[in-house]
Amino acid sequence: MSRRPYVREIPKFRWFFRQPRYLRYMARELSCLFIGAYALMMVWGSKQLADGPATWGAFLERLHSPSSIAFHVLALGFALYHTITWFNLTPKALPVQVGGEFVPDGVIVGAHYVGWGLLSLAVLYFAGAF
Amino acid sequence: MSERVVELEVLRYNPETDSEPHFQRYSVSCEEEWVVLDALNKIKETIDPTLSYRWSCHMAVCGSCGMMVNGEPKLACKAFLRTFDGVIRVEPLAHFPIERDLVTVIDDFVMKLKRVKPYLIPKQDKPVSEGEYLQTPAELKKYKQYTLCINCMLCYAACPEYGLIPNYIGPAAIALAHRYNQDSRDGGRDERQEEIAATEGVWDCSFVGACSEVCPEHVDPAGAIQQVKIKSMVDWYKEHLMPWVKK
Amino acid sequence: METVRADVAIIGAGGAGLRAAIALAEADPKLRVALISKVYPMRSHTCAAEGGAAGVIKSDDSLEHHFNDTVGGGDWLCDQDAVEYLVQEAPKELIQLEHWGCPWSREPNGSVAVRPFGGMKKQRTWFAADKSGFHILHTLFQTSLRFPSIERYDEYYATDLIVDDGRCQGFTAIEMRSGQMKRFQAGAVIIAGGGAGRMFPFTTNGAIKTGDGMALAYRAGVPLKDMEFVQYHPTGLPNTGTLLTEACRGEGGILVNKNGRRFLQDYGMGPETPLGKPVFKTMELGPRDRVSQAFWHEQKKGNMLPTKWGDCMLLDMRHLGEKTINERLPLVRDVTTSYLGVDPVTDPVPVRPVVHYMMGGIHTDIRAATPLAGLFAAGECACVSINGANRLGSNSLTELLVFGRRAGLSAAEYVRSARPGNDAALEAKATAAQARIRSLFEKTGGKESTAGLRKEMMATMEQNAGIYRDANGLSEACTKLGELRHRYAEVELNDKTNVYNTDLLQALELGSMLDCAEAVTVSALARTESRGAHQRLDFVERNDTKFLRHSLAFHHPAQPPRVDYCDVVITTSQPGVRDYSGDHK
Repeated sequence: MSRRPYVREIPKFRWFFRQPRYLRYMARELSCLFIGAYALMMVWGSKQLADGPATWGAFLERLHSPSSIAFHVLALGFALYHTITWFNLTPKALPVQVGGEFVPDGVIVGAHYVGWGLLSLAVLYFAGAF
Repeated sequence: MSERVVELEVLRYNPETDSEPHFQRYSVSCEEEWVVLDALNKIKETIDPTLSYRWSCHMAVCGSCGMMVNGEPKLACKAFLRTFDGVIRVEPLAHFPIERDLVTVIDDFVMKLKRVKPYLIPKQDKPVSEGEYLQTPAELKKYKQYTLCINCMLCYAACPEYGLIPNYIGPAAIALAHRYNQDSRDGGRDERQEEIAATEGVWDCSFVGACSEVCPEHVDPAGAIQQVKIKSMVDWYKEHLMPWVKK
Repeated sequence: METVRADVAIIGAGGAGLRAAIALAEADPKLRVALISKVYPMRSHTCAAEGGAAGVIKSDDSLEHHFNDTVGGGDWLCDQDAVEYLVQEAPKELIQLEHWGCPWSREPNGSVAVRPFGGMKKQRTWFAADKSGFHILHTLFQTSLRFPSIERYDEYYATDLIVDDGRCQGFTAIEMRSGQMKRFQAGAVIIAGGGAGRMFPFTTNGAIKTGDGMALAYRAGVPLKDMEFVQYHPTGLPNTGTLLTEACRGEGGILVNKNGRRFLQDYGMGPETPLGKPVFKTMELGPRDRVSQAFWHEQKKGNMLPTKWGDCMLLDMRHLGEKTINERLPLVRDVTTSYLGVDPVTDPVPVRPVVHYMMGGIHTDIRAATPLAGLFAAGECACVSINGANRLGSNSLTELLVFGRRAGLSAAEYVRSARPGNDAALEAKATAAQARIRSLFEKTGGKESTAGLRKEMMATMEQNAGIYRDANGLSEACTKLGELRHRYAEVELNDKTNVYNTDLLQALELGSMLDCAEAVTVSALARTESRGAHQRLDFVERNDTKFLRHSLAFHHPAQPPRVDYCDVVITTSQPGVRDYSGDHK
């Protein structure tokens, strides 16, 4: 038998540097760390609020620190990146056929942005922003 | 006709003489409108008859000539030379073992394809004498896109999950299973779910989306996989939370 | 040598081979079926067929119409009993495919849609957009996965049939991945190896269509029938030869010369029909032989558009509109746009006739049986003959289904009474076949190259065996091919390793093509008449007295083939005039 198929090793950790699209994907996945951290911070903030005005005030004070602002900017950036990339993928997962034709991708993506906007408004409304 | 000299760097591997693959450089004069496959054919005819690769139709329908061109999975018959600058690097499809030169071992895909039962399992049998099943253009359109898979396996070469988890059934096979699931004549979804709704099926996919980006026939396997995920999730909820509801 | 034992072994896993395998598996699940192919089944060239498959289905059509169109289209060289069988089985086969999941295009009410095609009197071409062959092939391949009795041997190249005791009992084949030769022992063998268009330089055929199946049977003593009839498809892309389906015209596309004239009206296919409203059996819906011949005459008159790839006519589909083109001809749009840079929605597409199909092939009867006991053949490699001197578009996909199935059933019936073979004798013959291949590896000092000989063969075929032929050119081709046959013995392999040796593969394929090419030119030289796709400048008339007969080319290892003839089967349709003028009614 002269066959000797050659198997190319896939680097276990560096594989995502092989392709820009893999990097974009990893960035999307990485965004969860920031979104998760932000959520934890919110939980912690709620606890500070429950502990009384003094701790709450200190918490708010800490949010003004440069590192906190940097974190927020990053978290916001990742959240936006995640949202946009994820919304752009929704027509694949949720194709809608009306009559014979599929609803154009743009409509499905657009509907998600509209939904996002409405939900944000609702949150702001209940938060008393208006 | 305008010609230009194209430099190709081709990954060579002969199991009988090489311990591991190595690149070989060829310069070959090509016409401007040629594709990478034309360049390889000219190399084989005029420079190096030992170079091995698969090809047949030269019209992107037989699916033979998938290879990595500058790191991107492509059909060599549809990779136009004019779209590349400098040296063009040609390698066998990623994630498959190399049999020889640009020829890969594709047994894994062929076996997985069979596993997902990619054939019609009719809802109800009908003798030929009773004519065709009726299927409206809208019902046809629901699955038509997934029938266009030419089994070229570019999607497997693009999918990092398949590279890391060799047991993953992979994009094309799942898309073909989904194709039959979506067919109004078919009633075999339950049988296919055993394979594709498993861990090695859709749940190994983390929606990188690379498969759909490289698919030369715009089959969108990533879409098919996500749709199977959603349906499987609905199945699970129905089964565990609403056992009184029939599937 | 490793031996694979099967009840029936099939060489070729394209449309015909797969259909035969399924027919066998359904006829008797206990039969062991070995399905071997030099490529994976889905790579087979059936996938490149675009337009569709003919079968009577609509109420305004009849089997008789389909029969008459086919026999007239074939210039009465068809065996009419075979055509009767074809048209009668066609709708059943196409419905069967539908039941297996083939995504045929549909009418709004859900029934299958049909489209007009060249030389057909009614709409009867079933289609799946313009990838009909692709969908047929994949439907058959995927359906074949259901049957455990079908054992596939992908990427095996069959080298020699093994004939013993006056019957075919198997063959030897090289497993490409290991280079090992294996002996397939079977009660019956079906050849479904496809055509041989690659003997010409400009062809729609994929690289794999090198006449291997034809050559296998031919060398084993089975004659090749009607090999002089080579179909030129009128509309190929001028640079790559890529097929643009006849459905372009079926949907309403027109052919014009450089002056914008729909020139077919000047060649007995007029008068002009309204733009975008094709009329059956006239103008652009004339048969392929006539349309390609009209091109040749226009080219001689200087009416064709010179391009860097040679003279072209223009296929104008702009009036169909983007929606129709996208729905009905998406592949056409894709290939013209990517390979030629011309979008049919906005511009006429330059095209020229291109070698497409072999009407001739392995001599078989209506049961798909060859004269050699135990050997059957179906598909393009076979000649039943339902195509006669010119095949009508969309009859070949139907043929491979109808006669693929027929070959399977005939083989199943045959093996029921087949006696067991003599193992020792079969092994000895396999060893001899192996020695022949081995000698290719051992040869040194050879002066010839596969690529060089192939180029010369293609050039002589293009030059002398094209749309129009004459005695001088054909004699020259015969002499040249005889010379190439001798020089072929001097080919030395550059690659003497075992694993996936495509240098060896191409050398063997060249041997097949040289055999087929010689059968084409010798048969063409002997047929001193013009009929269908065989047009002689020196014998311009059809001669029914002498040539309403099939040619049979018999192989000789060291000499040109001997040509003999056999009668055409006529049941109801006496030879008449092929009339494609629209005003005759």
